[in-house]
Amino acid sequence: MPSERRRIWISRIMLALCGLAAGLSAAILVVLLLYVLVKGIAYVNLEFLTALPRPLGEPGGGMANAFVGSAVMVGLATLWATLLAVGAGIYLAEYGGERTVAVVRLVADVLSGLPSIVIGVFAYTLLVKPLGTFSAVAGAFALGLIMLPIVARTTEESLRLVPHELREAALALGIPRWRATLSVLLPTARAGILTGVMLAVARIAGETAPLLFTALGNRFWPNGLLSPTAALTLNIYQYAISPYDQWHQQAWAAAFFLLLFVLVLNIVARLVAARAMPR
Amino acid sequence: MAASDYPAQVATAAAPARLRAGPRLLDGDRLFHALVGLLAASIVAFAALLAVYLVKDALPAFERFGAAFLWQQTWNPVTLQFGALPAIYGTAVTSLLAMLLAVPVGVGAAIYLAEFAPPWVERPLSFLIELLAAIPSVVIGLWGLFVLVPAIRPVQQWLGQHLGWLPLFSGPPIGIGVFAAGLVLAIMVLPILTAIVREVLWAVPTHQREAAYALGATPWEMVTTAVLPYGRSGIVGAVILALGRALGETLAVTMVIGNAYRIDPSLFAQATTLASKIASEFREADSAVFLAALIYLALVLFAITLVVNVVARLLVLRLSVRAIGHGQQGGG
Repeated sequence: MPSERRRIWISRIMLALCGLAAGLSAAILVVLLLYVLVKGIAYVNLEFLTALPRPLGEPGGGMANAFVGSAVMVGLATLWATLLAVGAGIYLAEYGGERTVAVVRLVADVLSGLPSIVIGVFAYTLLVKPLGTFSAVAGAFALGLIMLPIVARTTEESLRLVPHELREAALALGIPRWRATLSVLLPTARAGILTGVMLAVARIAGETAPLLFTALGNRFWPNGLLSPTAALTLNIYQYAISPYDQWHQQAWAAAFFLLLFVLVLNIVARLVAARAMPR
Repeated sequence: MAASDYPAQVATAAAPARLRAGPRLLDGDRLFHALVGLLAASIVAFAALLAVYLVKDALPAFERFGAAFLWQQTWNPVTLQFGALPAIYGTAVTSLLAMLLAVPVGVGAAIYLAEFAPPWVERPLSFLIELLAAIPSVVIGLWGLFVLVPAIRPVQQWLGQHLGWLPLFSGPPIGIGVFAAGLVLAIMVLPILTAIVREVLWAVPTHQREAAYALGATPWEMVTTAVLPYGRSGIVGAVILALGRALGETLAVTMVIGNAYRIDPSLFAQATTLASKIASEFREADSAVFLAALIYLALVLFAITLVVNVVARLLVLRLSVRAIGHGQQGGG
């Protein structure tokens, strides 16, 4: 039996180590964040935002096509995935029987646990191969598939938080159940759903693996939605592993914008959530 | 199933007395029910389609190599000889290394946040740690490649000089390799691990702690005897979930692991993982068998992460999805 003093000291040391672990985790974030932002902003200029990539060796040039490509693909993905996911979430929270809900929920959770590279391979076999071309559509499909289970589950969770009295009150007014769902329950759960969508958008905006062999990347403007399309994340990857300093600098600049976007979205999402449900 | 298999006009004409809710309203409800049911079913359909398509497109490789694919070590697109073992090995080693590094830190951080930190410390710290989960894989890879890799080179040199007789620390200390990949993965799974374990600890009833204190336990003894055992299955679930994420992590690993297709016991060696092999060669697959072999790799990865995720979810079933849901997917 260790002496009391020893036990107290062990306790103190272990608690200090735990605190240190928490501090270390947060410090990693701060270091990483500051490094990327500070390093990245040094290489940001107007041309970077507005010009196409220049041929290798020529200084200057930008990533305008990648900004547009990322925006288009993330936008399309958000559109189709949110429409589907909110409906699915309504089913899970309001309509489904116990057993079907359990099945759909498990599948959604498993789907959201799959590596995004697997999703990318799937999008390739489903869309790229039959269509015979890499495309923004295939990229948006892959990104949306990542978003789908996340938003479906957050929608379900948010709807479940709506008090039962609200459903009864709406139905007591004589409106049908679908109407009650759409015009009473959804608006009540709006903040939660919006938070989920924003976090999911932040997620897919940073995804690279699902785009590698769906959107492929492009050094020029894409020729419509059914042609290879540039994306910020693809460019960061490609430029970072290249041996050229000039490309490394552009990778940092692109990372700056990507990180800024993701951070702002995350913070706004949390503000929305906090305003809706003060702890 | 749909409302249309019972036309509204017929219903009204045949049963004018049954006007309780009005047939049109009933139709709207049925229609809506069917619609959202269909949308929910689409999630299941996509998942099924994913499995079917992966199997279908991996078939040429499966027919050619069979299950032996899993333990063959060659990867030669010229002679069309393919085996997955080095990729499976690399995936396992990097993920295990990541868990070895991340679990003590993540669980420790969660213990501090859930049990001892005052609210004004807990909230900002938790926020920062969760924000770490939001950083895109490719950005972490970029940072890993240009900051972390040069930084660990001297560490490797030191280890090589002093412990170089161990196979673990042999080989040239160039930075890029298994060690860097494990570190990057550890950073990436740390936030989920911390967040879920924190949730698990929060779910431990207060009377457990009070009982331990009443018996004269020190704070640390309270944690080890009352809190951790109570939350054990949840913590194990969190670790497995984090493992699932590490196994499928793609970009950050691809950028720092060196992508060498071999099995080398050294932590300094360049290696590859299932995900990074797919990521780095899929675009160059110029023959049907080569492509099928890569899709076979994806299928293996799919199967592994499927099992890991289902097990983890069974263990943390009782937890709110909030902690598990966000930022959980193997990113890239």
